[in-house]
Amino acid sequence: MLQNLFHFLIYPGLLFVTVIGGLLSWFDRKVTAMVQFRKGPPILQPFYDFLKLLLVKETILPAQGSKITFLMAPVCALCAAILSGLFILFPLLGIKAGFSGDLIVLFYLLSIPSLAYMIGGLASGNPLASVGASREMKLMISYELTFLLVIAGIILKAGMNIRLFDVLQVQNDTGAFIGSISGVLLFIASIFCLQAKLGLVPFDMAEAETEIMHGHFIEYSGLPYALIKLTKYIMLFILPAFLVAIFMGGFKWQGIHILWSVLKILVVVLLLTLIRNTNPRIKINQAMRFFFLWMNLLAIIAIVLIFFGL
Amino acid sequence: MAFKDFIFKKSLWLFHFGGASCNNCDIEILDCLTPRYDVERFGMQLVGSIRHADVLLVNGSINKKDKVRLLEIYHQAPKPILVVAIGACGCTGGIFAEGNTFAGPVDKIIPVDVYIPGCPPKPEAIIGGIVNLINKQPA
Repeated sequence: MLQNLFHFLIYPGLLFVTVIGGLLSWFDRKVTAMVQFRKGPPILQPFYDFLKLLLVKETILPAQGSKITFLMAPVCALCAAILSGLFILFPLLGIKAGFSGDLIVLFYLLSIPSLAYMIGGLASGNPLASVGASREMKLMISYELTFLLVIAGIILKAGMNIRLFDVLQVQNDTGAFIGSISGVLLFIASIFCLQAKLGLVPFDMAEAETEIMHGHFIEYSGLPYALIKLTKYIMLFILPAFLVAIFMGGFKWQGIHILWSVLKILVVVLLLTLIRNTNPRIKINQAMRFFFLWMNLLAIIAIVLIFFGL
Repeated sequence: MAFKDFIFKKSLWLFHFGGASCNNCDIEILDCLTPRYDVERFGMQLVGSIRHADVLLVNGSINKKDKVRLLEIYHQAPKPILVVAIGACGCTGGIFAEGNTFAGPVDKIIPVDVYIPGCPPKPEAIIGGIVNLINKQPA
C-alpha cells in the first residue's frame, strides 16, 4: 500500500513527471526563443508559472454554468495524465509491471485529458469556450483513428503482443522499430498525432489565442488553471516517452546509455517544437482532411508493409 | 508572504487593454515581445484572456464608452492584479484631456500601480516601467 502510494505520488508518479515535464516545457520555450533569435525564459520559469497560479492568484468560478464540473475537469485530466504516466514509465524504467492489454488501456487513458478539457470548457458557460470545445472534439475525432492505427501497427510488429513491457522486450531482441521503413512511416504519423494531442501550433485551433482567447481555458484562473498547466507539462513528458517506448526501444540505465535515453526524449521534443515553430495554424477542416486522408493512408501503408515483413 | 511576492513578480502575464488609442502605444507594447527587447526573459507573456492575467496594460484615451469596458475588465480579473498606464493618453489624457467625451485618465477609474509616459513611450521606457513594477514593494 505504502509502496503504491510512493509510486503514484513520488517516483515515477506525480513529483517525478512534474519536474521532468516542467524542464521539458522550459526546453520547448527556450528552443522557441532560439528559433526566433530571442533569449528566452529562465530555467525555472514553468515552476514559477505553476506556483504563481497555485498560491497567489484568486480562483473565479463562472456565474452561469456548472461549478462542480468546472472544478472537477482539471482534476480528472491530472489523474489520467499521472496514471498513463505510470503505465508508460514502469516498463520504460525497467520495472516489470502492467498487464496483458495495457497498450489498449493507455490509448484510452491518454485521450482522457483532452476529454476533460472539453467537459470543463463546456461547463464554464462561455460561448468562446464552447467554440473551443467543439473544435477540440472535431480534432479528437480526426486524430484518434490515426493513433489507434499506429498502435495497431506496433502490436503487429511486436508479434501480436499487447503489453508494453513485451513490446520493449521484442525491441531489445530484434532492434528498435524505427529502424525499418514501416517504423519510420508510423513514427511520422504518430508525431503529428502527438502535435494534435498536445495542442501545439499546426493543430492548436482549439485554444487559438488570437481568435478565441485560449478557447476552452478562457474561464479558468488560479488553482484549476494551475492543474491544467501541470497536466500540460506532464503530457509534454509522457507522450514523447511513449513514442520512445514504442519506436526507439525505451531507456537503459547503464553507462553511456543514460545519455542516449535523455537524448531520445530531447530529440522527440525538439522535433515537436520545430514543427510548432515553422508552421501556421490550420483550419479545422484542413486538420480533419490531413488526418483522415493522409495520415491514415500513411499508417495503412505501414501496416501493409509490416505484413510483407519490411 | 515574501515567497508569494517573489513568485508573483517572477511570472507576470500581461493583458492588453487598448482604449481609444491611435495605435502607436499598441505597436510599441508589441515591440517589447519581439527579439530585440524580448520581455519573455523576465517570464512575461501576453495572454488572451483576462482570467489568466496578472498585469493589465491600459493605453489610449479612455472615453465614456471605454470606461464601462475598462471597469468590467478590471472586475473580471482575478486578484491580485497590477495596472500599468501606458502613454501620455493613459497617464494624463494627453491632447484629449479637454475633449467632451473624455472620461478621465486611467487613475480616476481604477487604481494604477505604474505610469509609463511618452507619446508613444519607447520600448526601453516600457522595460524601465516594468523594472519599476518589479521593484515596487507590495502595498
